[in-house]
Amino acid sequence: MTATVPTDAPADGGTRTALPGDDPRPLPPAVPGRVAWLFGGLTAALAVLAVVSAGSGQLHVPPDEVLGALARGLGLDLGPEPSHPNGYAALWTIRFPRVVMAILVGAALAAAGALMQGVFGNPLAEPGVVGVSSGAAVAASATIVLGVTVAGPWTTAGAAFLGGLVATFAVYALARSGGRTEVVTLVLTGVAINAVCGAVLALFTFLGDTQEREQIIFWQLGSLNGTRWAYVGIVAPLVLVGLVASVLMARRLDLLALGERSARHLGVDVERLRIVAVVVVALLTAAAVAFCGIISFVGLVVPHLVRMAVGPGHRVLVPASALGGAVLLLAADLVARTAVPYADLPIGMLTALVGGPFFLWLVRRTRRQAGGWA
Amino acid sequence: MSARSRGTVGLVRTDRRTGALLRARGATVRVDGTTLLDGVDLDVLAGEVLVVVGPNGAGKSTLLSVLAGDRAPDAGTVTFDGAPLATVRPAELARHRGVLLQENRVSFPFRVVDVVRMGRAPWRGTDAEDRDEDVVARALDDADVTRLAARRYPTLSGGEKSRATFARVLAQEPRLLLLDEPTAALDVKHQERVLARAREHARAGGAVVVVLHDLALAAAWADRVLVLAGGRVAADGAPAAVLTTDLLTAVYDHPVDVLPHPVTGALLVLPRHAAGTVGAPADPTAPTAPSLAEDLA
Repeated sequence: MTATVPTDAPADGGTRTALPGDDPRPLPPAVPGRVAWLFGGLTAALAVLAVVSAGSGQLHVPPDEVLGALARGLGLDLGPEPSHPNGYAALWTIRFPRVVMAILVGAALAAAGALMQGVFGNPLAEPGVVGVSSGAAVAASATIVLGVTVAGPWTTAGAAFLGGLVATFAVYALARSGGRTEVVTLVLTGVAINAVCGAVLALFTFLGDTQEREQIIFWQLGSLNGTRWAYVGIVAPLVLVGLVASVLMARRLDLLALGERSARHLGVDVERLRIVAVVVVALLTAAAVAFCGIISFVGLVVPHLVRMAVGPGHRVLVPASALGGAVLLLAADLVARTAVPYADLPIGMLTALVGGPFFLWLVRRTRRQAGGWA
Repeated sequence: MSARSRGTVGLVRTDRRTGALLRARGATVRVDGTTLLDGVDLDVLAGEVLVVVGPNGAGKSTLLSVLAGDRAPDAGTVTFDGAPLATVRPAELARHRGVLLQENRVSFPFRVVDVVRMGRAPWRGTDAEDRDEDVVARALDDADVTRLAARRYPTLSGGEKSRATFARVLAQEPRLLLLDEPTAALDVKHQERVLARAREHARAGGAVVVVLHDLALAAAWADRVLVLAGGRVAADGAPAAVLTTDLLTAVYDHPVDVLPHPVTGALLVLPRHAAGTVGAPADPTAPTAPSLAEDLA
């Protein structure tokens, strides 16, 4: 030991154990190579599922005829026409809007889940679990029962957005402490909000006439049945705006994972980011809920699987979740329509049936990790 | 290589003291009627390592959060480069000062290299962005976490997390480093390494504020020491002038000896241990000594 330890000793090559290939070895890439495969695989799955789903049901249309009908509808004279006399009309008035709606709603819910998890710094945050979906459904059913039509066909969607927004801000205000949201607080807040919304929905069910009751029950079950192009026309712009906004926020959401203070030290305007993110979550959820009711757990399952496959970086997570959500909901809707002959199962029931156990598993896993409950 | 040359150039440091990078005047913080910080005056100068010491609850972390701009003082002012700290935009401030906090959790299983790359966020859209990968590689090396680059952050030990976060702060390339207990979880080698890097940063013209609990480390690495007690500045000056037996004993309410190292002449700060009274360790008849020896055997 001498008194003259140079202050720059750590920068000195001699003190570092020179591992073989230490210096030339490049850093792990920011975006793993698997990402391209993931996007490619999901896109292919989406295309195949869309064609299969459009052709399946009581009236079966083979894939080549589905593509032919699609081309013809877009003004291209390609491929065979549907052989069934009602095939073309059935595809374009019933199946195609439903397939597009499934894609939009799946993408919206999964992206909203990824976004919400990023904002709350908690992998269990999801619009359905924390009560945002039921908040939106309450407001939407209020317009049905009370006969509000101030904004024409946009009334229900607008109300759903407002209801979702109120619920999201409520969760945000109630469940957050010190910039983070602990699992217990978040889930319990969700229980409380879902309970209140359930009570209000029950009140509306009680007040409504038979037709209104049916509509409200439809909210709670969730279904893509009866989707029309007019609905798609309302949902699509909301979802597109929400998705673009989510992708633009992705980098800053990464920084938020470091905690509120550290994110601010890196130049993020944390409060503004949180508020914008909450509004976007409400927008995406409302778009999904407005015409299709409560479809839960999509926003929980999909981002989690994507994180396991390619890591938690939001620049990949958000778009990949949107794509994965679209695939999942399209598949779920196909099952809902075809599992029982001549019956259209509620899709919300299916996703909850699969998502519930997944949620349990996730809770147990989170619990095992240090700090999961702390 | 550039790091080393910066280190030597910086040896003529007193000339670099052109002015305070960060200046606090009468900074006061009150929470629920308790005064955490009471009229603190402080100049953070380019070219020096300022170490903040003091007993628990002295207001060290509060001072750091005020200097970082996390918390506006209830009274008094803090200016950064002459401008009130509150008026500097977060994005602008992020290019000039980096903060290492005591607790460093990451919500999702990001890899260490991802976390360090996040340190480059303030430079997005600037020319400096082109150097991102080089800066990240050097920061990983400076904090000795290159080997851990591909590991998931939540799987690291406390000390490794602390070093990975230090690398993130270095990657930010700020002029002003605010470090809250950067060595608390570290082994001796890495304590030295982190503080040597901090000193190197100061020698290269940067400014460093380090909160330390370890008075020996403070004595070894500080250019200037600020002693906080009860939210007030108890002393502010060169280590040899500030770290004295009388002052430390009074501030810590515990006997602390300060003496020169018999070989190097460096400042030694030794808190007295109740178990270490003269003669006890060497006395074979002392009741604890044999049992300790048995335990070791």
